[in-house]
Formats: sequence, C-alpha cells, structure tokens
Amino acid sequence: MNGSVVENILLEVRNLQTHFFLQEGTVHAVAGVDFVLHRGSTLGIVGESGCGKSVTAFSILKLVTKPGRIVGGSILFDRSNNGKPDIIDLAALADNSPQLRDIRGKDIAMIFQEPMNSLSPVHTIGDQITEGIMLHLGLSKADALKRAIALLREVGIPKPEERVHAYTFQLSGGMRQRTMIATALACSPKLLIADEPTTALDVTMQAQILDLLRQMRAQFGMALMLITHDLGVVAEMCDEVVVMYLGEVVEQAPVDQLFHDPKHPYTQALLKSVPRLGYGRGQRLNPIRGSIPDPFSRPTGCPFHDRCEKRIPGRCDVVHPKLTRLPDGRTVRCLLYEDEAS
Amino acid sequence: MTQTIANPKAPLLEVIHLKKYFPINKGVLSRHVGDVRAVDDVSFEVYPRETLALVGESGCGKTTIGRCVARAYKPTAGQLRYRDAAVQPRGTRASDATADGTDLATLSERDLIPYRRNIRMIFQDPFASLNPRMTVFNIIANPLKIHKLAKGKELEDRVAELMRQVGLRPEYMRRYPHAFSGGQRQRIVIARALALDPRLVIADEAVSALDVSVRAQILNLMQDLQDQFDLTYLFISHDLSVVEYVADRVAVMYVGKLVELASTDNLFRKPKHPYTEALMSAIPKPDPRLRSKRIILGGEVADPANPPTGCYFHPRCRYAQERCKVETPPLRPVGDHLVACHFAETLDLAGIPAVSAS
Repeated sequence: MNGSVVENILLEVRNLQTHFFLQEGTVHAVAGVDFVLHRGSTLGIVGESGCGKSVTAFSILKLVTKPGRIVGGSILFDRSNNGKPDIIDLAALADNSPQLRDIRGKDIAMIFQEPMNSLSPVHTIGDQITEGIMLHLGLSKADALKRAIALLREVGIPKPEERVHAYTFQLSGGMRQRTMIATALACSPKLLIADEPTTALDVTMQAQILDLLRQMRAQFGMALMLITHDLGVVAEMCDEVVVMYLGEVVEQAPVDQLFHDPKHPYTQALLKSVPRLGYGRGQRLNPIRGSIPDPFSRPTGCPFHDRCEKRIPGRCDVVHPKLTRLPDGRTVRCLLYEDEAS
Repeated sequence: MTQTIANPKAPLLEVIHLKKYFPINKGVLSRHVGDVRAVDDVSFEVYPRETLALVGESGCGKTTIGRCVARAYKPTAGQLRYRDAAVQPRGTRASDATADGTDLATLSERDLIPYRRNIRMIFQDPFASLNPRMTVFNIIANPLKIHKLAKGKELEDRVAELMRQVGLRPEYMRRYPHAFSGGQRQRIVIARALALDPRLVIADEAVSALDVSVRAQILNLMQDLQDQFDLTYLFISHDLSVVEYVADRVAVMYVGKLVELASTDNLFRKPKHPYTEALMSAIPKPDPRLRSKRIILGGEVADPANPPTGCYFHPRCRYAQERCKVETPPLRPVGDHLVACHFAETLDLAGIPAVSAS
C-alpha cells in the first residue's frame, strides 16, 4: 500500500477478538476481524444475524458488557489534529478510562437501530443533546442549547425551538432517528458508527434518513461506518464494504467490485439469494443451503465450508483460510485465492 | 364494487367495503373521542390459486385487513364473501355457499369453525409465534386435534408428513422450538398452517424477520407448496422486492385505503399512483451502479386517526394540485389498473424497468 493511503487511515482493526463467556460455552462472536477505515469514507459492514457485525462496532467503543470481553487484537484510532499523529489503541484502554470517555461521543459517536430504546424516555431531547456538548466542548448550558437547536434544524426537525423541550415519546420513529443523529453529530465526531440505522423504519422514511446521513457525512467531513444486513443500503451508501460471516471478515472490497465481481463464495451466494427488482414474478431464488451454524458449534476449517458450493473436500473442512490480499488490494478469506496471491 | 380485473374465475374471497375502526377513548369516563381508521372502505378480490400481495408502510392497515379476513378481528363494517364448495356452513345447502359465498364478517364464532380450517395464518416472527413449551409435534398436531381430524398413530404420521413437506426432519418432532434456527422455525409455522389443508393462507410479513440466505429458502418453499396444494396466498409485506417475486397481483395501501391495484408486472413497470412510484423509487437497490436519483418523500405517513382532507397522500405528493386537497379520489379503473388518483391518466410515472433474466 502506498504512503498516502496509509496516512488517510482513521481506524485500523487488527485481529480483533471478542468472546462471550457463557455457561453453555464460549461464543466467538468476533473471531479475528481485520479491516481499515479511511478518513471521510463510508465503510459498510454486512452480514447476517450472528455474524458479529454489531459486536465489532460495540467493541470499537468498548461497550461490550459482561459476559463479553475483548480478548485480543488491537483497534488503532488516529486522533490526530492539525497533522500531528496521535494513534491510540482503543482495545488496550480500560472500559472506564478517562481517555476513552473523552473519545466516546466526541471523536467516535454511535447511533443505534431502535431509537426508542437508545434515547432516554425521562429526559427532553434537548437535555440529551446538550449533555455531550457541555461535557466535551465545555459550552455553557445556554450555548449548548443553541447548538442543540441548530443541530435539530440541520437534521430536518421542524420547529426545533419547541421540539428541543419535547420528550422522545412525543416524536415519531423518523423524528427519533433524526434526534439520535443530531445527538451523535453534536461534537462533530471524526467517525460515526451507525448500527442498522434504518432497519426499524419504513422505506420512505429510510430513504430520508439515508439521505440525511449522506448529507451530514459530507458536511461534517466525518467517516461513516454503516452496519447493516441490507445489501441495498450498502450499495446505495458505501465506498468500501466488509463482509462478515460467523465473526470473521470473509471479504473487503470497494463497493462496485464487491457487487459486480464478488470473490468469496459466501459473498457470491449472498448476492444471488436477494430478490432483485425488475425480474418479474416466477424467477427462482438461489438460496444458500443450510443455515447459519449454532455459535457453540463452529465448523472446523473454513466456517462457511458446509454451506459452500465451491468447497474443496478434504481441504476446506480442515484448513482455516488466512485473509489474503489480492493483487488489486482487496482482501478475501478463502483457500481458492491463497495461491493467487503468493 | 364490480371492479374486476379481467379474470374468468370466480373469486375465492371478495372483500367489500371493509372497514375496521379502533375507537379512541379518553378521560376518566373513557368517552369515545374518535376512531383510528385502520381500514377505511377497502374492496378487493382474491382469486383461487393466486398470490395477492398487500403492500404499504407501517400503519397503512395491511395487517388489519389480514386479521379481519382471518376473523381475528371483527370488522366494523363491510363484507367478506368467501366462496368454497368444500365448506358447508351450518343450516345451508352447499350450492348456496358457492353462488354468493358466505359473509364471514357477520358469522358467530361457532359458525366460523368450519372456516377456521380453511383460512390460516403465517406470522412474521417465528420466535414469537411458537409456544416455547410445546414440542414441534404438539405445535403441528394441535390444530388437527382441535378439529378432531386425526389421533394416535395417524396423527403422528400426518405430522411427520407435514414436516417432510416443509423440509424438516421428522426425527426432530419431539424437540422444542428453541432447538431450531429462525428459518426452521418459520418452516414449523408453515407446517402448522398447512396441517388443516387450508385454501387461503394469510402470510403476514412471513419472511421479514429472516436473514437473506434463509429468506430465499422460505420463499421458494412457499411457492412449491402453493403449486403442490393449490394454495391461495394473501401475502402481506412491506418489501416490494420480495413482492415482485411472489405476487400475481399487488394492492398498494396508504393510510387505510387502497391506492392502487394491478397485476405485478403492470404495477412495477408502469405505476399509476404517485405513492406507488415513490415507494418503488425508495427501495435501495442492491447494485451501486443503480444509485438512483431517488424520489425522497418529505413528511411522514398521515395519522389514521386524523387524516388530511381530500387525497390522504396530497401533503407528500410531488404532483398534488388544488383539487387533491379537497376531493377524495375514488378507486377507479384506469387501463389495467385500479387507481385512486385524480390524475392517473395524465401522469407519466416511472416504474422499475424489466431486466431480462440472464
């Protein structure tokens, strides 16, 4: 990789492992995840339920709670201001360290799937937005409120001067998600992590919120990490995509290449299994056979091998493939490509 | 009412001016202060062996219609004419039942019993719709026991056969739902729905909670079962990309009313209602090269307790004119569509272009 690209890296996750220690056994929710996120770009993390995409996001902010724990790997985040590099390893910080509290909500903000559960029902939305502003930017209550109103206007909430005193139950689902976005943007973060931000919304509202996120990303010059199971949302929003399966990254590629030249058999199968508009009735879908394995009984070798159409008998069920960098810079975790790279 | 899209067969179900209002009560005396008009004067027909999709956003009344048809709700007004020679209602002759059908809307619980076998539901969330304390055998066998259709060895054989038909291994019939994945649970739900050999299956967001790879399996299964058992589906969904793949005809709803009804192909290629156009344009397409100039509807879905005047869609409509604010457009035939828009003839709306399968 050349120098200029390296400089642009905002976040680099290396071999991140987050496990959950349960009575029934250990769940390797994140089992060695590597990816890079460039400054100002939109990275999509896709995968089906249980693939570890949300746990990866929670790990970055160190929000994983017991019985879960980050057991290995590093999360390198570049806090540099005015060209002075200041790279810190978030994974090494204690969950409640002052440094981390300083980063959360300021450098890295997060929005969640269900705004009703992630906003406080007993505080006005003004209280919730100003809390972070006063803490991180040191503004007075009055100035913070002014900033909150400006933010609410920015995210398209009508009559923000009145709404700032409203409670969340007085807002509709779309309005709540806008409020979440305003709260997240309050301190102009460098990175916004959005965990399924539109899954709970209707399509027309989803279109509004995605459009808002895109505008805000450009306006605030931040990077966006978009976690979703919806390949349509990924295609619409992202520059770069990470595909996850059972806690591992199986492929990372620029969005156009991922959709038009997928390398990993899982990505290929996933793309084939989505109904596409325009084909009319009666087409048959190509499902992936079987179902996602139980987290307590991970398959040996490649975790996808028992559902894979291209598996090599005797190899895929034994050898755990390494993440391979292809000549064009993409990465893929599959034995089919290991020779190609070397 | 005779708004038939050319179809030679007699409809299996005729929904005629169906209304379902939920009262809003307020105050200490819980005075009746208004109604949520969840379903407001909706008429359509369902033909044997077809899949009719009901689409729309949350709160548009699509689920309420499904529940009225299954008579989980008692409609406020309107008729549900159901024609099936196989069911003979108490005190009538079979011929009566087929000619005009029976109005399910007014039947008592007792008289409904024979129809309960014919009209079955598949629910959205297979984690919520299966009793965790019942084995798969009990879940699937229960409807057969209640209707006294089988017992003993016969019952067990029938359950095993049903499990095989939906792609489950009969050896697992003594297990509890928690031992199954989401897709397998949905198969159990489908097996339970099929146990009584129904004619009409109401699938309410049946695949919405499933992961994409599994969703495709269930959709294929539902299609196979339809062919095998001559099922008629009322397929309720918010996901238009799934609807295009399963439905013969599509009814689009907005705030308790039908705004457009047409064959799947007509609706997707050439929508005639601005809401249908916006809905299709809003779907994120799984191809970055199609990052479209999407129509982004402003505002929010109207409140069914306090809908706007005139056309309910006018505050969000790009094409709205003065007339739309005052006059409610009736659902009327325009070409091969039924549309509720004053300007359906003149508007040139964009659909989804057909892609030749390759």
